[in-house]
Amino acid sequence: MVERNIFAGFGGQGVLLMGQLLAAAGMMEGKNTSWIPSYGPEMRGGTANCSVMLSDQEIDSPLVTRPTSLIVMNRPSLEKFEDKVVPGGSIFVNSSMIDIKVKRTDVNAYYVPCTEIAAELGNSKVSNMIMLGAYLGKSKCVEVETVLKALLEKLGEKKAKLIPLNREALLRGASCIEE
Amino acid sequence: MAKELMKGCEAIAEAAIQAGCRYFFGYPITPQNDIPEYMSLRLPQVGGCFLQAESELAAINMVYGAGGAGARVMTSSSSPGISLKQEGISTIAGAEVPCVIVNMMRGGPGLGNIQASQGDYFQAVKGGGHGDYRSIVIAPSSIQETVDLMPHAFDLADNYRIPVIILADGLIGQMMEPVELHMNPNPMLPEKPWAAQGWDPKGTRPRAIINSLYIETEDLDGLMTRLNARYDVIREKEVMVEKYHTEGAEYILCAYGTVARVCKAAVRILEENGIKAGLVRPITLWPFPTKEVKEVFEQESVKAGLTVEISNGQMVEDIRLAVNGIKPIEYMGKGGSIIPAAEDIAERIMQMRRA
Repeated sequence: MVERNIFAGFGGQGVLLMGQLLAAAGMMEGKNTSWIPSYGPEMRGGTANCSVMLSDQEIDSPLVTRPTSLIVMNRPSLEKFEDKVVPGGSIFVNSSMIDIKVKRTDVNAYYVPCTEIAAELGNSKVSNMIMLGAYLGKSKCVEVETVLKALLEKLGEKKAKLIPLNREALLRGASCIEE
Repeated sequence: MAKELMKGCEAIAEAAIQAGCRYFFGYPITPQNDIPEYMSLRLPQVGGCFLQAESELAAINMVYGAGGAGARVMTSSSSPGISLKQEGISTIAGAEVPCVIVNMMRGGPGLGNIQASQGDYFQAVKGGGHGDYRSIVIAPSSIQETVDLMPHAFDLADNYRIPVIILADGLIGQMMEPVELHMNPNPMLPEKPWAAQGWDPKGTRPRAIINSLYIETEDLDGLMTRLNARYDVIREKEVMVEKYHTEGAEYILCAYGTVARVCKAAVRILEENGIKAGLVRPITLWPFPTKEVKEVFEQESVKAGLTVEISNGQMVEDIRLAVNGIKPIEYMGKGGSIIPAAEDIAERIMQMRRA
């Protein structure tokens, strides 16, 4: 198993956190992982992305030039990275914010209305967790509960009350793929 | 200790503390700001001192002072900031003061950019400051390796009374990987009878004078003789190198730092295509693994080598000196933070094979 992922979107959409949680969860399940952020002159509202690798073997190069999965939260990110996905790979599109379709026919495209689902859950901030759930629903590379464990470590016990909402967001995202 | 997902900069800072570093002086610059930030939180907790100096020059001179007093001390910066520290580094080398300097290289020359680069190879390995001196230069390629090498870096600095440079690229500082830290609440530090730790009026020990000025020719010659003898021992004993799939290989990639990892992926791609390739990765850039590189290229199976860098061809000069013309060495790379893709490196080897 080798997952080479790029998560991309606007700064503030939580794309770096999505990647971190996946990398941390992978580590907790005994996999080799790496996380590389884009760290240019990024700011809230600018573009941000991160590369995340998960592997059963030692990770040689942590750089992701040809992702197996592309997870995009905004349109510029889809346009920037679509061509780089390996044939047979997956593209997860936040269809709430991206009004175009994936052009390529040799990849699997999944459209996830992250903002709408988040609104149903009553908190627009969990859009990223819905998207991460969708990715997990397809890739099945780590358990949802492990991601929540990683999230709890990140949040600290004081914010543990946010876990049920995030669990629901991950599960809704996952079920969105299974439908 | 269980593995933790840590950012390279933070892992390096914690590893330095576990190695007994209690003093850090620095000045902010991207992409290494997470090191001083982390130190500013942690050093007071362990009874140490973090100080943000008014400039890089001030910071390196504080390092000189703390190192001269016998403390384990570190500074970190990134390329333009390291240039500003060169005067101090030369002084530290001349005064035989141990210290550790982290350079998270970014693109240059000048202010360049803030992405990963290897453009400071010449500066770190061939001198940097003025005068005849050397620094030990360690170039790790993963966060775990960096953490594992930190105690060694401080030991080398103390044992040889020499500046030790951790030469990493910005990516190692900014990325996160699972890392296992070696917790050591009471690190044993070597005795430093030469350190300036206060004059003893009873005269039970000679006065410790930390100085790089030897105005009499004979005296400076004495320093040179002392340094050269030390450098010879370092060349003999402290080389570190990784050889990866080099045995019986036809093509040898040469790289250090993050690029070496991309080269390992290229080796994998080449092997999948039935081409025997390997990688030589210097871990110490000075002392350079001249003998080890030469041995790899002396194998009959080896047809040629390819040095890959995120710079305009710097380490390739030392590779060519080591190989000394017995096999052709090509160079691939670019300054300005463009990291070659594994697929492109593999393709280049295939081209060399067709030629």
